[in-house]
Amino acid sequence: MSLLLWAKGPGFALAAVLFLLGTAMRLAEILRLGRGTDLARPRGAAGGQALRTVFSRFLPAPGLFARSPVVHAGGYVFHIGLLVVVIGYGPHLAVLGIGGRGLPAGLIDGVTLLTMAAMTALLAARLRDPVKRLISGPGDYGAWGLVFLPLATGFLLVNRVLLPFEPLLALHLLSVEVMLALLPFTKLVHAFTFVLARGYAGAIAGRKGAHS
Amino acid sequence: MTMSFANGLAALRPRIDAPVAAFLSSCVRCGLCAEACLFHTETGDPKYAPIMKLEPLRRLWSQEFTVMGRLGRALGLSKPMSDEDFARWEELVYDSCTLCGRCSLACPVGNDLTLMIRKLREGMVAAGHSPEGLRKAAHRALTDISPVGVGAQSARKLIAAQSREVGIPIEIDKHGADWLVLISSMEYIAFPEMLGALARLFKAAGQTWTIASDAYEATNVGVQIGSCDVARAIVARTVDAAHRLGVKGVVTPECGHAYQALRWEGPNLMGQAFDFEVIHLIDLLDRWRAEGRLKTKGKSGLRLTYHDPCQTSRRGGLDPQARRLLNLVAEDFVETSDPGPWNWCCGGGGGVSANPRARDLRFKVFAAKKRQLEAVRPDAVVTTCSNCRNVLEESLEHWGMELPVLSLTELVAEYLDEVPS
Ligand code: SF4
Ligand code: SF4
Repeated sequence: MSLLLWAKGPGFALAAVLFLLGTAMRLAEILRLGRGTDLARPRGAAGGQALRTVFSRFLPAPGLFARSPVVHAGGYVFHIGLLVVVIGYGPHLAVLGIGGRGLPAGLIDGVTLLTMAAMTALLAARLRDPVKRLISGPGDYGAWGLVFLPLATGFLLVNRVLLPFEPLLALHLLSVEVMLALLPFTKLVHAFTFVLARGYAGAIAGRKGAHS
Repeated sequence: MTMSFANGLAALRPRIDAPVAAFLSSCVRCGLCAEACLFHTETGDPKYAPIMKLEPLRRLWSQEFTVMGRLGRALGLSKPMSDEDFARWEELVYDSCTLCGRCSLACPVGNDLTLMIRKLREGMVAAGHSPEGLRKAAHRALTDISPVGVGAQSARKLIAAQSREVGIPIEIDKHGADWLVLISSMEYIAFPEMLGALARLFKAAGQTWTIASDAYEATNVGVQIGSCDVARAIVARTVDAAHRLGVKGVVTPECGHAYQALRWEGPNLMGQAFDFEVIHLIDLLDRWRAEGRLKTKGKSGLRLTYHDPCQTSRRGGLDPQARRLLNLVAEDFVETSDPGPWNWCCGGGGGVSANPRARDLRFKVFAAKKRQLEAVRPDAVVTTCSNCRNVLEESLEHWGMELPVLSLTELVAEYLDEVPS
């Protein structure tokens, strides 16, 4: 079986299984710990604030954009860009079973380049800033690579650069599959757990009538 | 493994619940929490990054509470925790964190780092790695009621003197009073006028109150050092006194952490909901204001600004209450930058001011507050936490700034319209 066929078939299935089971395991690992009942009389609404906090933390904290412009600008461009490329590109929509024509190829190309540029800036900031360097480990650089490779191979594939179509498609699929398979076991799992983290923070503060 | 190290781990494990696991799973190592923390912004030292302060907790969670971490440990890929880790982190967890909560508000994934640092202290103290100053204060709080050594007799004398001063009786152990009022250590030793102000305010509002002879202190050093046993013993005193005296509610004074300790941790430490109300003094005064019980006359002509205590504003949500009361008595109230939830800490909360070792560091990080104050050039700064008040006074003096620090409660009392006799 060729690499491409493997990537399209068993490779994809394996990655999907690891992704789904791994994510379920990580979420179970968190939720099974539970929370003690809070016996203090509430002063505010936990539920409403939990929900609000899930969304309000998409906005930068006052004054922090200026203190950390690369993390903020790079973070927004990277996250939004990734989303646009994943769900805005026609062939991706077909694979996801959604259908539709997707966004123009030129636009997707531009967004991909912008997203990779943002990621490069974020990596440079991680390497240069003393705080980020201190708190970063192999997992942080590894996670960066896991996301960057699908973008890079996707760009090469669409523009038919370096290699012929088939090997490039195989590489692109494999890089996506590796990312999917490892996502639950790296910090990329925040793609799911951030909802829990923000929700808990909002609920804890909300019950007190405090800020979150 | 030493006994104390094992105790530390044993105390820490039960603190790891679903929120902690969600927080630690979600951290993307963006470093933004450091940009919100005064210990990092004012020193530039990366070791003060809030997420860094949590490393012992993160490692324990990873190694024992995640499948991947357990696998890694079994394969010898991660270094087991040691007593050395706790020892090395003592300074970060105590001296350089006021539990101010600013990092928790700034984290983009929503991590409540402050809550986790509070939890980590439970493990640190059980492992025998907590600052001597706080340990001594905890010992005094358990043996003599007051962590700063204000004995029952001294407290009685101070109360009597203030009662004479304002000409209003302050009754101790009055059964059936509406409110049992707690007074903070700092108020006894540095700001006793608060007692007189309280007498005038309660009288004006037509409410009865009392101070308990065996629970006259609000300060809960157990919450600061991170020992739930000490915290519980201190809370239990107040709960017993409230029951014994049959009061409707307990008022916590102008003190941030005392409010958190009794109002929020209290019932959970005791394992049961309270059958009386617990309210912060500022919340009560604002309630009286809304009910029309507080009639004031005139306003201060001084240019006043407000220092938001972290535990009442950011982590308590009482910032609007404080501003409503301030506007009642201030003609020229000016906000500093980052008011309310985003205010900068005085540098002495969370037990830091009770830790002499951290003195120089807290003066250094006061630079954030200093900038805020210098930008608005007030005649005086008002606050609602006696610990903040004391720390502000000390730090202003350290930086050679002359600026009076006022209590909001005392200010409101000063502008009360006739107090009925
Ligand atoms: S701000 Fe939050 S996500 Fe970023 S490093 Fe700090 S704890 Fe982690
Ligand atoms: S709670 Fe305040 S002092 Fe402590 S780490 Fe967070 S920002 Fe810094």
